[in-house]
Amino acid sequence: MTKTNDIQVNLTAKDLATDQDVRWCPGCGDYSILKQLQSTLAEANISKEDTVFVSGIGCSSRFPYYMDTYGIHSIHGRATALASGLKASRPDLSVWIITGDGDSLSIGGNHLIHLLRRNFDVNILMFNNEIYGLTKGQYSPTSPKGQTTKSSPMGSLDHPFNPAALVLGASATFVARSMDRDPKHMREILKAADSHKGTSFIEIYQNCNVFNDGAFEVFTDKGTKADNVILLEEGQPLIFGADSDKGIRFEGMKPVIVSLSDVSKDDLWIHDSKDETKAYFLSKMFDEPGSEGAMPRPFGVFYQEDRFRYEEAMNEQIDRAISLKGKGDLDKLIRGSSTWKV
Amino acid sequence: MTKVTEKKEDVIILFAGDSGDGMQLTGSLFTNTSALYGNDISTFPDFPAEIRAPLGTVAGVSGFKLHFASVDIFTPGDDVEVLVAMNAAALKANLHQLKIGGTIIANTAGFDKKNLRLAKYDNEQSPLLDKSLDKFRVIELDVSKMTREALVDSGLGTKEVDRCKNMYVLGFLFWMYNRTLENTETFIKEKFAKKPDIRDANIKVLKSGYFFGDTNETFTTRFEVESAHLPKGEYRSIMGNQATAIGLIVAAKKANLDLFYGSYPITPASDILHELARHKNYGVKTFQAEDEIAAVCASIGASYGGAIGVTASSGPGIALKGEAIGLAVMLEIPLVIINVQRGGPSTGLPTKTEQSDLMQAINGRNGEAPLVVIAPHSPSDCFHTIIEATRISIEHMVPVMYLSDGFIANGSEPWKFPAAEDIKEIKPNFADAEKSLEDGAFYPYARDERLVREWATPGMKDLQHRVGGLEKDFKSGNVSYDPANHERMVKVRQEKVDRIADFIPEQKIEQGEDQGDILVIGWGSTYGASRTAVRELINEGHKVSQAHIKYLNPFPKNLFDVMKNFDKVLIPEINNGQLINLINAKYDLRAIPFNKIKGLPFTSREIKEKLLELLS
Ligand code: SF4
Repeated sequence: MTKTNDIQVNLTAKDLATDQDVRWCPGCGDYSILKQLQSTLAEANISKEDTVFVSGIGCSSRFPYYMDTYGIHSIHGRATALASGLKASRPDLSVWIITGDGDSLSIGGNHLIHLLRRNFDVNILMFNNEIYGLTKGQYSPTSPKGQTTKSSPMGSLDHPFNPAALVLGASATFVARSMDRDPKHMREILKAADSHKGTSFIEIYQNCNVFNDGAFEVFTDKGTKADNVILLEEGQPLIFGADSDKGIRFEGMKPVIVSLSDVSKDDLWIHDSKDETKAYFLSKMFDEPGSEGAMPRPFGVFYQEDRFRYEEAMNEQIDRAISLKGKGDLDKLIRGSSTWKV
Repeated sequence: MTKVTEKKEDVIILFAGDSGDGMQLTGSLFTNTSALYGNDISTFPDFPAEIRAPLGTVAGVSGFKLHFASVDIFTPGDDVEVLVAMNAAALKANLHQLKIGGTIIANTAGFDKKNLRLAKYDNEQSPLLDKSLDKFRVIELDVSKMTREALVDSGLGTKEVDRCKNMYVLGFLFWMYNRTLENTETFIKEKFAKKPDIRDANIKVLKSGYFFGDTNETFTTRFEVESAHLPKGEYRSIMGNQATAIGLIVAAKKANLDLFYGSYPITPASDILHELARHKNYGVKTFQAEDEIAAVCASIGASYGGAIGVTASSGPGIALKGEAIGLAVMLEIPLVIINVQRGGPSTGLPTKTEQSDLMQAINGRNGEAPLVVIAPHSPSDCFHTIIEATRISIEHMVPVMYLSDGFIANGSEPWKFPAAEDIKEIKPNFADAEKSLEDGAFYPYARDERLVREWATPGMKDLQHRVGGLEKDFKSGNVSYDPANHERMVKVRQEKVDRIADFIPEQKIEQGEDQGDILVIGWGSTYGASRTAVRELINEGHKVSQAHIKYLNPFPKNLFDVMKNFDKVLIPEINNGQLINLINAKYDLRAIPFNKIKGLPFTSREIKEKLLELLS
């Protein structure tokens, strides 16, 4: 949750920019994400001094330098761990974690899953470009199997992670996917993440035009998008296709693609982000585009749940200890329970 | 019949048995009672590495050494006077520590064929039956049988009955050393308040042990260790890890900051986490992280947010934290890192003590990453030293490494504790918009004359800024790849640490003259053994002195001046020679190493003998 200004100031996106030159490669998808976040937060009229951006290492992790809030550019994979301590000690702050696929799923995988199960009220923006950009082009934990990169000239042998399924498995309470090329969609998702109380995890497909150009083209390109993308809208049936002529329906325990000429809209799968089972199936719609019987890739909010947040529980325990034992007295502590006189 | 009481200056008892025999508790209860009698005390537990090593084996023996005296003492002592051996393995593992003429209290039930075989005695030959123990006085007690007999009407099962047998031994020892049972009875009543049958059984067996000594005709002599002439005042007994924990709470309050403690379970540091977790009513936030790296990173996050972040581990965990500690060096924010050292390298000897992480503390990070290193020298000194570590970290915006070790952490001693109000305030160097803005701009890396930057924490209006692990511009803190700036920053981070020497006490001579033949200079847990050895030699007329270094980086400014007035400087360390490398590299002098690397502390005799060899 962001903290807003007490006094009425009207922030603009520009007010959130710093004097630092933005150093991503021209054409990098990161620019769009920066812009959408600046305008979303300006619109929310956040209090700049109560907002902290925390990042790890990688191209995306330069992000804090470009936001006129508090910020830490930490070490590889550890933004999530650092943010956990920050939020635990300062529940009043609005904390945003900026990370990449290598940073959060490879070197920082452990901290990510533990942050999610603890459900600190922070936002994680995972820029997924399916490549290591900063180190100049090695395959990442989300690169498709067989991808040729500098470190995999004969194709990568690693089976890729499915980030949405992974974080659902780690008990994430807000899971969403968006893409750099759809600013409007991204702003909506950012807004929804911000208003979620608990950890929000957003995977953002981000084009690295230098080392992995076009990785997500089929989801962003006008010609292919409609057939490969399904936009999730709360309470609405799952419909896609250039002519909105296809839908998804459950048959037994399996989602299948149906033609709307055969099936009524009312019989389609209705999106319900509170339904964990449905979220699981959505996360599993992860087929390689164009492969036989491939399901479209979902974008939007897969899942959200209201669950207790670590930092609140931590404070509650302290309050409970104080009500049981009284506020700590230093002399009592130093004396301990038994003393003697000489 | 009449029983005589003989006075003794000091006694060392070693309680040894299977890890399930309750020897730690027995030792602690004897300690508490001795403390109430006003004895000076020093204790040291010796745990097996496995939680439940196979019963009856030497590997499974758990020991608790107690030194209590009517004079002031500084170590758990060298020569054991009484060895309580609950089984054959306990005797085998510890007999070498017993002095000639010492007493063995042997639980005969623990010397049956099975136990002898498990303890690997040749041909299952009992040492109680051959002549191998002739140099000692052996008191055979069938503790198991007598406990069962005492509880024959208790209605308890055999398992519960057998659990009481340590109380029999304790009762007997209380008789032997002329102590009352009152304190222990109170303890038992509190502990088993909800289980009256167990409570009554323990008290009954405790008394049986005592009465056995009183009525049995074989035992004619009791011993008396009078109270020590400790400085007047109020005392409590304290263990090192406990002192570290409460010192942290006090330090945070004195700085008016929240305490955030991030850590991952590891022997022998976990007790600090346990102790802190009990004190949530002091506002303590304890965070058991998913791993060592998360523990330090969360603590850095907390410090960034304006709390005092503390993380703790032992050597292997500190190795994992290295990169993050480097980040804290770069961020120049407070962070206290506790290393309760144990035997290394790698997993090493988790339950044994060693001082082998000094080089790791000083140098164990990539790049030029100086930080402050400080070490307590005894269990109660942990309290003052951790407050000092926290003070330096907060007031100088610098990570501080605090090097305790297994010996100090688990050892205990009486402590004439201070009043909270006598502990100095700690003053964080907070920024605020009114004083910190320069023409409307904030320069997070601007420094004062100590080279300390201001601490601007989120929530402070108009001071938003970005920090990180990339090299910083000298003033603005923005990322800078400028070659000259990098060199300047490396030097400034070093100089900032060096200047802390202006804010710490000068090195003093602990005992002896400020010049002479030999200066024994150590750090950390060798203090007590050196102290005893040097005291004895001074009393014998030798020109020997002792100094002990608390501030290991930076060193006190006058350290060389203190050392240069002696013909020889001896540095005892529980490692292969680490402090000596620092001293010989830095100063124009050739100190003499004295090393022990057995996972055990020095005995004072070892140091004394080394000194006598150098004196001759
Ligand atoms: S390398 Fe790729 S991800 Fe990194 S800045 Fe350049 S385009 Fe963006």
